[in-house]
Amino acid sequence: MKNKFLGSSITTLSALSALIIVLAVVVVMGEIMLGGWSTLTWEFLTGAPKEGMTSGGIFPAIFGTFLLVIIMSIIGVPVGTITAIYLSEYASQKSFLARMIRFAVNTLAGVPAIVFGLFGLGFFIQFVGSGIDKTFYGTQLKWGQPNILWASVTMALLTLPVVIVSVEEAIKTVPRELREASLALGATKLQTIWKVVLPNSITGILTGGILAVSRGAGEVAPILFTGAAYFLPHLPTELSDQFMELGYHIYIMSTQSPDVEATRGIQYATTLVLLLLTFGLNFSAIFLRYKLRSRAIR
Amino acid sequence: MKNQLGRNRKNLLHKKFRWSEFLAEKLITLTAFISFVFIVLIFIFVFREAAPIFSSEEKKVSLIQAGEVQETYGDVEENNSPITSNQTSALETSGSEGDASLSNLTGTEWQPVSEVPKYGLLPLILGSLKVTLIAIFLAAPIAILAALFTAMFAPRWAKELLKPAIEILAGFPSVVIGFFALIVLATFVQNLFGFEYRLNAFVGGLAMSLAVIPIVFTISEDALTAVPKHLSEASLALGATKWQTALFVVLPAATPGIFAAILLGIGRAFGETMIVLMATGNAAIFSTQIVEPVRTMSATIGAEMAEVVFGETHYNVLFLIGALLFLFTFTLNAIAEIFIRQRLMKKFSGN
Amino acid sequence: MENKNTKIITKQLNLFYGSKQALKNISLGIFEHKVTALIGPSGCGKSTFLRSLNRMNDLIENTRTEGTVEIDNVNIYQNGIDVVELRKKVGMIFQKSNPFPKSIYENVAYGPRINGVKDKDILEETVERSLKQSALWDEVKDDLKKSGLALSGGQQQRLCIARALAVNPEILLMDEPASALDPIATAKIEELIYELKENYTIVIVTHNMQQAARVSDYTAFFYIGELIEYDLTKTIFTMPKKKQTEDYITGRFG
Repeated sequence: MKNKFLGSSITTLSALSALIIVLAVVVVMGEIMLGGWSTLTWEFLTGAPKEGMTSGGIFPAIFGTFLLVIIMSIIGVPVGTITAIYLSEYASQKSFLARMIRFAVNTLAGVPAIVFGLFGLGFFIQFVGSGIDKTFYGTQLKWGQPNILWASVTMALLTLPVVIVSVEEAIKTVPRELREASLALGATKLQTIWKVVLPNSITGILTGGILAVSRGAGEVAPILFTGAAYFLPHLPTELSDQFMELGYHIYIMSTQSPDVEATRGIQYATTLVLLLLTFGLNFSAIFLRYKLRSRAIR
Repeated sequence: MKNQLGRNRKNLLHKKFRWSEFLAEKLITLTAFISFVFIVLIFIFVFREAAPIFSSEEKKVSLIQAGEVQETYGDVEENNSPITSNQTSALETSGSEGDASLSNLTGTEWQPVSEVPKYGLLPLILGSLKVTLIAIFLAAPIAILAALFTAMFAPRWAKELLKPAIEILAGFPSVVIGFFALIVLATFVQNLFGFEYRLNAFVGGLAMSLAVIPIVFTISEDALTAVPKHLSEASLALGATKWQTALFVVLPAATPGIFAAILLGIGRAFGETMIVLMATGNAAIFSTQIVEPVRTMSATIGAEMAEVVFGETHYNVLFLIGALLFLFTFTLNAIAEIFIRQRLMKKFSGN
Repeated sequence: MENKNTKIITKQLNLFYGSKQALKNISLGIFEHKVTALIGPSGCGKSTFLRSLNRMNDLIENTRTEGTVEIDNVNIYQNGIDVVELRKKVGMIFQKSNPFPKSIYENVAYGPRINGVKDKDILEETVERSLKQSALWDEVKDDLKKSGLALSGGQQQRLCIARALAVNPEILLMDEPASALDPIATAKIEELIYELKENYTIVIVTHNMQQAARVSDYTAFFYIGELIEYDLTKTIFTMPKKKQTEDYITGRFG
């Protein structure tokens, strides 16, 4: 009797936990959707903030976010892909160097986002940027201050493990037989990687890139003091410009705007835009990965 | 005949030197090395900027613009509460730079911008611990039970509902969770329990649990499904029911993995910034109450770094906090790694 | 024995996977323009031996090779050997057909392309010649753009042969090329092997005793990493000298 009770309560509790998770997702999504839907108009997406940010749109933040993830991808995806190639094709599993790099990638994945921000500030801005300024611009401050380049590089570093893991997983699904076929035909290692391994890992590279972009678009902590700005009258045109960003916009509007209540609609709608963006990106990544896995099984 | 087949073979003996192969390999290795270089650089630079604290050098007084009101995000109505107003008044006086001696750092007051700056880290560390513990106490049971449900009991349709839900939850940017907590959750919780402060450690921890659940769930589920089939089958064959098997065979066998999941969850919660920055009220109170506003280490960096003068003590102390965060999460991840390895070893030796 | 050249000579060939010895003192000569079959029970080292002839074993970590393999009197295991060139000279067909997920044309053109052939006419000519040699041309000439993976198992294997031939090898190593095929496809491959030996030296690993008897001129019997007996196929199958060989070919173990 007692056992039966224990059994059914465990089953119920576990099902309940699962239900709580699903409900939490539904509630958060629903709340953001309902709260943001009415403000989300074409003008909102394409307009600039007006009247001290209490009305108008969020185009500069959308633009800044896209610019951020594009620059980030240009830097991060090639580096991540090449690292994955090294780990899966060149490194022998026991080599000290490979183990060191693997350790570094794992560690990188666990570093808190805010620490990346600190690093971006301490290294890219204070050390590299200021170094460039001192060398080439004298006393003028150009690179030694927060800007979109340093924010993007910082973000690229944060998302590097995402790309590496994803690409490596894809490379692993390329059958050994295909590599052997190529090598047995007298292809060199590089030719085999270039003509057989990479074309067959393209989905994985894409997935990695998308996941990285989704992650990069959603993280705010690393850009708090490496380049994001509260309000800018102009869109960034140079790498040394600051930029507005969706996540930062949400944070700043909901915590530091002069009249928080008046901009509630903008806050909700901005959050909805960010949510839809990351949601869409993640969804396409899941879809691609699903396709990849089904190939691996076949 | 050889000509007909176009055979014109050079001597095999002669090994060609292929520049492209050589360069590519070096370049690829070098690129792969970037990750390692940056881990080292992160280590060096975060610590480097924190280091001046420990040099006894006297520093010049530098000023921070007065009148900068410290945020208690979204809590306009609570600005008059004794804690926050107290802090604000401290902030409003022009800050002069104090030393950050060890005794100052181990103090219980965090007032970096006041006449005699106090850099007591204890309230911040306590704040981080409070939020982290609340988050993990809420998230771990739910995530582990849900993982057990997926691994052992769930019908197919339930799995197909839960898995995407977890993926979506994991994909929520932390600023979105922070926003939700700030606007909706905090009010809801306050109305429900009648807390004095709308934003507090509990709300922060509750919101944080949303970010922690996916990690704990995913790794626990991995651990549970990795338990060798023959174990659970043996149990079932002996007449044990499904739940008995789950509780007494599968769950114990997956313990190291679940433990690792909890550790990684703690690491995530400890380092997370945006959620706590937005949902905890950000008052550096040295107290064990969970319903009072709280300021965590990560939120302190996030809120104050943009306003400090580069190179001054406050700046250095913020980097010190970052270094502590880094060390703490690094250690947690390393321990978790060991547990995950152990589980793998068991899995392999079991075969 | 009749008048012929020895194409490959192995001397005291030992191969280790880590601490496990997979080949023990294999010394044998393989004749030019003949088909040599390697037979023996699973795990006897016949595939390992085959893969040591074009140094495919190099790809497996922790392998160590001792002794020599001479091809045209050049030891392919000495320092300064260009493995890439070696593999162009010694082609290989695998047990499981492994066409690239590309078109038939691109599969065959792969070898010439990596050798730097860009001229379209030469490529087309090579593809046609190779497909004709592998007796696949008539079946696929109208849809060379079709994916190689869309072909039947037997056709895929002949595509792989064509792909290997396009690099102009002198030796073809075949690792149980017909083991996954039905009898009709197998017969086609065997027929092909018979035709190819006119121009190529062929070494074939097979599980199938009848196949060895049908296609090969010489047969080597391996057992637990050792070469037990090597002779004319006729001799091996009619009057083996060793008891183990006789047991194996009469099906008493294996």
